[in-house]
Amino acid sequence: MENRLRVLRAERAWSQQELAERLEVSRQSVNAIETGKYDPSLPLAFRIAELFELPIEEIFVSPARRSSKAI
Amino acid sequence: MVRTLAWKRYNWRVIWLTLLYAVFLIGATYCFKLKLVTGLIAYAVASLPALPIVGIFLAMGRYLVEEQDEYVRMLMVRQILWASGVVLSLATVWGFLDSFDLVGHADGYYIVIAWFFGLGVGGIVNKYTLGEAGC
Repeated sequence: MENRLRVLRAERAWSQQELAERLEVSRQSVNAIETGKYDPSLPLAFRIAELFELPIEEIFVSPARRSSKAI
Repeated sequence: MVRTLAWKRYNWRVIWLTLLYAVFLIGATYCFKLKLVTGLIAYAVASLPALPIVGIFLAMGRYLVEEQDEYVRMLMVRQILWASGVVLSLATVWGFLDSFDLVGHADGYYIVIAWFFGLGVGGIVNKYTLGEAGC
């Protein structure tokens, strides 16, 4: 799933490791989510949203909306 | 694999179970070589080396329950699926070859060896398909 995690992380000057520690996950998890290779569970998506103090939909792009925009 | 707390616990369990396996295997081999066991006890002694291996499967299940990092857990699940796919495919092919007398009969525990090999295959597939995030 497309997301803005890398941008949001860069805005705060956090490394992947720092973000991983704040989320209590591995750096590989952050990398996989950022690169769209792994879609986080709802609880983890909420943790990410709460950390950045943003609604989930401002971090993760809905695949349905993305495809409708493409049309 | 990522060294999470659950992974470290799993590793310790596997190390202890492997040591136990070596002790049981040497003990059972010794007992049978010197013909110290017969009857039902022979069955029990012959089964002893299998128990730590079963323990490793249980430790793997325990790891999946204890692992808090959902992505790392998914990597292990993918490895287990690959291992199971590899071993079931190999067993099926070998079974038919055996039925038509084209290969010799293989001992059942080779399935376990193939399964652990399959875990390695799964790890390589994870690395290949997920890149840096796949270790």
